[in-house]
Amino acid sequence: MNAIVSVIGRDRVGICAAVCTKMADYGINILDITQTIVQGNFTMIMAVDLEKANASFGEIKGGLEELGNGMGLDIRMQRQEIFDAMHTI
Amino acid sequence: MLTQKEILSTIEMIDRQHLDIRTITMGISLLSCCDSDAKAACEKVYDKITRCAENLVRVGEDIEQEFGIPIVNKRISVTPIALVAAASETEDYVPFALALDRAAQTCGVNFIGGYSALVQKGMTEADKKLIRSIPEALGRTELVCSSVNVGSTRAGINMDAVALMGRIVKETAARTQERDGLGCAKLVVFCNAVEDNPFMAGAFHGVGEAEKVINVGVSGPGVVHHALQSVKNAPFDVVAETVKKTAFRVTRMGQLVAREASERLDTPFGIVDLSLAPTPAVGDSVARILEEMGLEVCGTHGTTAALALLNDAVKKGGVMASSSVGGLSGAFIPVSEDEGMIAAAQSGTLTIDKLEAMTCVCSVGLDMIAVPGDTPAETVAAIIADEAAIGMVNNKTTAVRILPVPGKQVGDSIEMGGLLGSAPVMPVHPESSAAFIARGGRIPAPLHSLRN
Repeated sequence: MNAIVSVIGRDRVGICAAVCTKMADYGINILDITQTIVQGNFTMIMAVDLEKANASFGEIKGGLEELGNGMGLDIRMQRQEIFDAMHTI
Repeated sequence: MLTQKEILSTIEMIDRQHLDIRTITMGISLLSCCDSDAKAACEKVYDKITRCAENLVRVGEDIEQEFGIPIVNKRISVTPIALVAAASETEDYVPFALALDRAAQTCGVNFIGGYSALVQKGMTEADKKLIRSIPEALGRTELVCSSVNVGSTRAGINMDAVALMGRIVKETAARTQERDGLGCAKLVVFCNAVEDNPFMAGAFHGVGEAEKVINVGVSGPGVVHHALQSVKNAPFDVVAETVKKTAFRVTRMGQLVAREASERLDTPFGIVDLSLAPTPAVGDSVARILEEMGLEVCGTHGTTAALALLNDAVKKGGVMASSSVGGLSGAFIPVSEDEGMIAAAQSGTLTIDKLEAMTCVCSVGLDMIAVPGDTPAETVAAIIADEAAIGMVNNKTTAVRILPVPGKQVGDSIEMGGLLGSAPVMPVHPESSAAFIARGGRIPAPLHSLRN
């Protein structure tokens, strides 16, 4: 199952490292990353593969939200199908 | 490949523009629960609903979590109870309502619809018993919703049923007096009721439907409003195109959720209802969309034309996005549930007469309107008759959900809380319709040729 992880918040050192480390801990493969910083606002979108993940969707989602709360970031994970449905015919 | 912009636009729709799935509604046929013993029938009703909808709420919550899209309500609709209870040798149908309420509580759903009767051409003994029991049934239950279909394009309008429903609405208000007549918020009088509507209070599972089915109602007034802000002063063809594109996206999301829910619950997918269903939250209003088109206040001249465009464009955009569209599909204009409508009614610009005109071009009818508590039953019946006539002649669904609030006058306001919102008490015409309603009988079905 593929999912989209979005990370939004104020830019600071170590966001990418922290999120990627968390992904590795969960056994999640990162397929693609895009990142932009506009006037200090950090936005990162990751496409990830949950095929070999070692935790449930809910646990991973909760873990990422917790990481985000600790760093002042909004981190969410959603199944990719919802974006495909809304933006492709 | 998805672009960052597309992903962020979806997230923004959910976060800031109130995009959600308004309801996943499981329709369940209760025809197999008929029994000459009313007690046994009620037990069968309870057992069947709790068995079929056991996992409905959990599956809804799982989908919500995985897709990151709020699913506001999980609901159940059932076969009109007048048909189910007809087999039982009893004068009292209230136990059926209590069984529905218990089943809904056990399943954890928000509402259960189908305490209903279809009497567009005539009333059976069972229909009469059910209709007369509505005030007590709604007074003694929390989650049960009731609806009565009093007219159709093919059958005409059953004016005896209309007169009766005027009295029933008043009695229901009196029964729930301590809660500002809240029972009436759970009672809809229809013309041309549809069998696959997932929205409350008018949902029931029609007899032409399968054993059980999943219907999904989408929402999204906030998303449409936001999209229109980007085409300020553009001509109406641009406005229509913008609404269509937005409705397409919203409906695709609804279709995805419907398919997932249907697979996980091992229940056939029925329809997606493409409705713009507002909530009292700021930024989730149909009235504000109409105002965005250039009206100072919803209800002023031009409102009906603006709503006609909106309603049609929503359907055109949505139809291609779903494999099966049904239900009510269009724009809802419930006064108390729409922040912009509340403001327009409070300012006096939006009146019942204007709302009636708007119902000629929107998806349902006079919805969630509070009127003075001393409004006569005949006036309520006459409002129902007017609305049913619009539905009958125009071949569309119309409905009346009106609250004659005990002890309240024009200028007062009632608070219902949650999605039901708050409503200013609106004036009705003081002149009597009593002799009109007293006639009874049937208004014949309209001619559908010679249409000039």
